[in-house]
Amino acid sequence: MSQPFLKVEGLKKVFPGVEGGTGVTVFEDIHFGFEKGEFVCIIGHSGCGKSTILNVLAGLDSASAGNVFMNGREVSGPSLDRGVVFQSHALMPWLTVIQNVAFAVTSRWPEWSREQVHIQCRKYLELVGLGHALNKKPHQLSGGMKQRVGIARAFAIEPKMLLMDEPFGALDALTRGVIQDELVRICSATQQTVFMITHDVDEAILLADKIVLMSNGPEAKIAEIVENPLARPRMRAIIHHEADFYPLRNHLVDFLVTRSKRIAEGHLPDDYDPVHPPLVRPTTRSELLVAKVG
Amino acid sequence: MPLSLNVRAVIVSLIFLVAFIGLWHLGTLPDMAKKAYADPAYAALMGGATPAKSGIPSPGMVWHTAVTNLSNPFYSNGPNDKGVGLQLAYSLGRVLIGFFLAILIGVPLGFVIGMSPLMRKALNPYIQIMKPISPLAWMPLALYTIKDASFSSIFVIFISSIWPILINTAHGVSSVRQDWLNVARTLEVNPIRTAFRVILPAAAPTILTGMRISMGIAWLVIVAAEMLVGGTGIGYYVWNAWNNLDLSNVIFAIFVIGAVGMLLDMILGVVAKLVTYQE
Ligand SMILES: Nc1ncnc2c1ncn2[C@@H]1O[C@H](COP(=O)(O)OP(=O)(O)OP(=O)(O)O)[C@@H](O)[C@H]1O
Ligand SMILES: [Mg+2]
Repeated sequence: MSQPFLKVEGLKKVFPGVEGGTGVTVFEDIHFGFEKGEFVCIIGHSGCGKSTILNVLAGLDSASAGNVFMNGREVSGPSLDRGVVFQSHALMPWLTVIQNVAFAVTSRWPEWSREQVHIQCRKYLELVGLGHALNKKPHQLSGGMKQRVGIARAFAIEPKMLLMDEPFGALDALTRGVIQDELVRICSATQQTVFMITHDVDEAILLADKIVLMSNGPEAKIAEIVENPLARPRMRAIIHHEADFYPLRNHLVDFLVTRSKRIAEGHLPDDYDPVHPPLVRPTTRSELLVAKVG
Repeated sequence: MPLSLNVRAVIVSLIFLVAFIGLWHLGTLPDMAKKAYADPAYAALMGGATPAKSGIPSPGMVWHTAVTNLSNPFYSNGPNDKGVGLQLAYSLGRVLIGFFLAILIGVPLGFVIGMSPLMRKALNPYIQIMKPISPLAWMPLALYTIKDASFSSIFVIFISSIWPILINTAHGVSSVRQDWLNVARTLEVNPIRTAFRVILPAAAPTILTGMRISMGIAWLVIVAAEMLVGGTGIGYYVWNAWNNLDLSNVIFAIFVIGAVGMLLDMILGVVAKLVTYQE
């Protein structure tokens, strides 16, 4: 079998304990991978180490053990190949909307003329529906608009992979829905590979092709990888009428409510293998169709 | 209709001004002054039978002095008789040179301290010891080593204005939001570009606050320094007026010092406004 586009191997993170005490192993033996063009969400309870994994993928943090490979090359630091959408949008308040995006674009293509940079910035800001707010400062924007600028900035450098840490966590349900729709549209238009953290089961079902489930920490594990049985394009307005919607949703909620805790207490299937976590595809026809990767 | 707060504030300010000048005027009426200096021994000591003249001058006299001085501010009749504008120019020149030297050294050094916890820890004891030293305490050492009154004053300005700039720059740089630095890292921005495009604008409001404090201190210190070393400058102008018992000129100079200090602060305030951002 060929190498996946992104491959995580035996990842482990230990944070040093206070005053030289033994450190806390947040997670260990994390293995997973996914293909180009896939949208992957990771779900797990607070504190299980999702942000830590994302920061390692981004190259902003380093793992205590294990490796991350993208396109067969090891990830050893931040790179323009991986765009990051920060939870707190992280816009620079002294720059206007278009200048924020331009900062990223000129970093990606230093040789571009001002005209080219401007065209690229406009294109992606219009894509997220902010063509009218180019010259506003971030403090003049609503929370949802700021988040959209952050998304435009990450998309504008055309990264091979997009990493998003709870990008819509701070938004109200209505705004979140609007931006989710935009994200679905942009991702299918650009065939973008995305790795995203979310706490919202419905968001994961709408956006993700694959959902990685993490058990509770410390020493969190990849409990299983769920394949979304609902085919693209998924529409927010009608997705809950599809037959496979509720089996999938129930499976995810069951995991978050009961199984994530039981796994943390050691109740793992006998044949559990961290290198090949169970691959699950919940549908109406087969309540649970369990397969093994690889 | 109620007047706006600003209009009311201006009215109250003007009332205070009129009251202040009125009281001053009443307090310096000739017969009052006579009463104040009725002690013949003191009058003799002050060397004249005209006590009203050597007493506190009236607002009218100060106004007259101001008009005379300001109508010809740049004349120069030898070392002890120079126009107030010329003396101010000397002082401003020293303050600006010392202040810009402090920026030139304080801002980059503050960057280093702000970015490197090692340097912060290593340099902190020196900063803590140097900071509380009265700038004038450096004067003898400066005069001895530099051997030039003017350069010594500049050095004293430099040494007194560097600390707020240094400390504020270090603080501003070290408290730049990690998010913004992470944005730069994920965009593979090189350290120089990060320093100029991310850290500097992020820390600029804090740095400007430091500069404003420094400028305030520098303007306080230059008057004292010039009184001490003499020669030229607004501080020397005050001292010279005092030696000539020309209190009108002393009071006029006090107003000029206050006005120029306010102007300097206002200029930096405008710059601060330009670099301030709203989160
Ligand atoms: N710098 C650090 N030092 C020590 N422990 C840390 C540090 N950063 C994170 N941790 C610990 O690592 C664990 C995982 O943190 P992480 O931020 O990755 O969780 P998360 O899954 O993203 O949680 P959430 O959903 O709340 O964002 C937490 O238990 C946290 O206490
Ligand atoms: Mg997190």
